[in-house]
Amino acid sequence: MENIISEPIMEKKISYTEKKDTRSGFGAGLLELGRKNRKVVALCADLTGSLKMDAFQKEFPSRFFQCGIAEANMMGIAAGLTIGGMIPFTGTFANFSTGRVYDQIRQSIAYSGKNVKICASHAGLTLGEDGATHQILEDLGMMKMLPGMTVINPCDFNQTKAATIAIADHIGPVYLRFGRPAVPNFTSPEQEFVIGKAITFISGTDVSIFCTGHMVWKAIEASELLADLGISAEIINIHTIKPLDTFSILNSIAKTGCAVSAEEHQLNGGLGDSIAQCISTTHPCPLEMVGVNDTFGESGTPEQLLEKYGLTAKAISEAAIRAIGRKAK
Amino acid sequence: MASIDELKKISSQVRRDIVRMVHGVQSGHPGGSLGCTEFFVSMYFEIMKNKAPEFEMNGIDEDLFFLSNGHISPVWYSVLARRGFFGVSELATFRKLNTRLQGHPATHEGLPGIRVASGSLGQGLSVAIGAALTKKLNNDPHLVFSLHGDGELQEGQIWEAAMYAAANKVDNLISTVDVNGQQIDGPVEQVLPEGDLEAKWKAFGWMVFNMNGNDIKDILNIVAEAKSHTGKGKPIVILMKTIMGNGVDFMMHTHKWHGIAPNDQQLATALSQLEETIGDY
Repeated sequence: MENIISEPIMEKKISYTEKKDTRSGFGAGLLELGRKNRKVVALCADLTGSLKMDAFQKEFPSRFFQCGIAEANMMGIAAGLTIGGMIPFTGTFANFSTGRVYDQIRQSIAYSGKNVKICASHAGLTLGEDGATHQILEDLGMMKMLPGMTVINPCDFNQTKAATIAIADHIGPVYLRFGRPAVPNFTSPEQEFVIGKAITFISGTDVSIFCTGHMVWKAIEASELLADLGISAEIINIHTIKPLDTFSILNSIAKTGCAVSAEEHQLNGGLGDSIAQCISTTHPCPLEMVGVNDTFGESGTPEQLLEKYGLTAKAISEAAIRAIGRKAK
Repeated sequence: MASIDELKKISSQVRRDIVRMVHGVQSGHPGGSLGCTEFFVSMYFEIMKNKAPEFEMNGIDEDLFFLSNGHISPVWYSVLARRGFFGVSELATFRKLNTRLQGHPATHEGLPGIRVASGSLGQGLSVAIGAALTKKLNNDPHLVFSLHGDGELQEGQIWEAAMYAAANKVDNLISTVDVNGQQIDGPVEQVLPEGDLEAKWKAFGWMVFNMNGNDIKDILNIVAEAKSHTGKGKPIVILMKTIMGNGVDFMMHTHKWHGIAPNDQQLATALSQLEETIGDY
C-alpha cells in the first residue's frame, strides 16, 4: 500500500436540501460504472433491492450474478471472476459481507490479492428494527486487520456514489461500507473521491473531530453546539479508514492539541483505534472516542438507537469538551 | 502427445519429489499427494492446454486449474516444476523461510502456476466457478478444472457452489473429487459418512463420471469423455478413486500419512520403491 500524503480539502458551505440513503449512492455509482466499464460485474446474495443493485441488474443482466442466500460462495465466485480481468462488486448486508465470510475474504480475496470490491449495506445501529443480529459493529475492525485491504466508510449519498466509482480504478480488494437510513446529503455531487485523503469540512483551532460514515453529519452538528460555547472545532471526514490519512490527522492535532473520534462502530477496532495508534506513536495528545462501547445493539428506530448508545451530536460535543479539558495547561 | 509410459515415468519422479520435499522439511502432506500423482501428471502433461513455462494470472486462451484441497501442495509444486513453470531446484525450498513454495499454495509470493490461495477447505469450487464465468464473459472457450478432497466435501460452501453451478449452467467446468476415503481423523466413513456421492452430485444437477485416479489410461479416457460433454448446460464432476499414499507401500491405504513426514530410514525405503526417471532435484 502506497503511503498517501495529502493536503486537506476545504469545503466551505455545509448545508443540505435533501436526505438520501447511502446505499442508493452505491446503486447509482454502480450503474454509472456499468455503463462506462464492461469489466465491472456485480454479485448479490438475495438482497438486490435492499442494496439498490436492481438498476444494474436490469441494464446489465449478463454481468449480474444472483448468488442466492450463499454469501461464502458469492465471495469465492467474486475472487474467481477477477481471473481473466473482471472487476466484481459484491453486495449484501455488512454483517453477511464480513463476519459470515471472513475466512473466504481472508484466503480467497485478501491473501490472494484479488481485485474484489466488497460493498456492504445496512452497517451499524442505523439498520434499526432488525436488531443486533444484523447490526454489525465490528466490520471495520475485521476488514482493516486484513493486509492489503482498503476500508472506506463514506458519509452521505453523494460521497458513497463517488467512492463506488473511485474504487473501480483502485487495483486490489476494497471494503466499502454504507447504510440503510436516509441521512443529510451535503457533499458535492461533483466531488472527486480520493482514496485515503481526508476531507476537512470545517476548520477549527480548539479540537479536532475525526469522523466517519453517518457520524460525520452528527459531528458537523456538534461543531455548532461547540461554537455556541465559543469552542472552535475542526471537522475532518476520515472516509478512508485504511490507508489512514495520517498526514491530515497529525497536521490537525498539531494545531488543536486534542482529538475526538466518532463512528458508528465498536470502539474496539474502529476508527478511534486507528487514530489512537497514529497519534500515540507520533504526537501523543488527549483523545476521546465516541462509538459503541463493547455491547451489541438492539431493535429500535435509528435515531432511538443512536441516542441510547451515545452516538449523537451532544455526545460528540461533550467528548470534545472532555478532550479540551485534558490538554496540558 | 506424451505416451502412457512417459507419463508413468514422470509420475515416478514426482513421487520421489514428494517424499523428498516432505522429508526435507519434516512436515507436509505426502498421503494425498502420492494418491493424486497420476492425475496431476496427466492434467499438466497431456490434458490441459497451458502455456508453460510462461504463466499469466488472467489465464486467457488456456485451461485453468484450481487446487481446492491445498494441503496436497507437494504434488502440485513438483508437477509445476517438472512442467517448467519454475526450476526443479526450488522444490528444495518447500515450506522453508522465504520460499515461494508455501505450506499451502499461495499467490502472495508469486509462484507461477498458482492463481488463488487454498488450504482453508471448501473455497476452491466457488473460485473455479467465478473463473469459468469470466471465461464465458470473455468468450474464451477454454475450460476450468478443479480438484477437491472427499473429506473437503463436508464443508458447506462446496454445496452452495454445487447448487449455483448447476442452476446457472456453468458447463465449462470439470471438477474432480479425490475419493481416497481418508481424512485426518480416520476413514471418511467413520469421521462423517458422506453417503452416495454420485447420487448427491446428480441431485445437485451435475453430470457425474467415475474414474480410477491411479490409472493413467483411465484418467485420459474419462477426462476426454468428460470434456466432450462440456458446453451442454451442466457442470461436470469426476469422482476419482485413489489410494492414499499410492506408490509407497507403508503409506498406502491409511489416513496416518495424511500429514506427517518420513524419517531418514522411511525415506530410503520409499525411494527404493520409486524409480528415479528424469533426475532428482
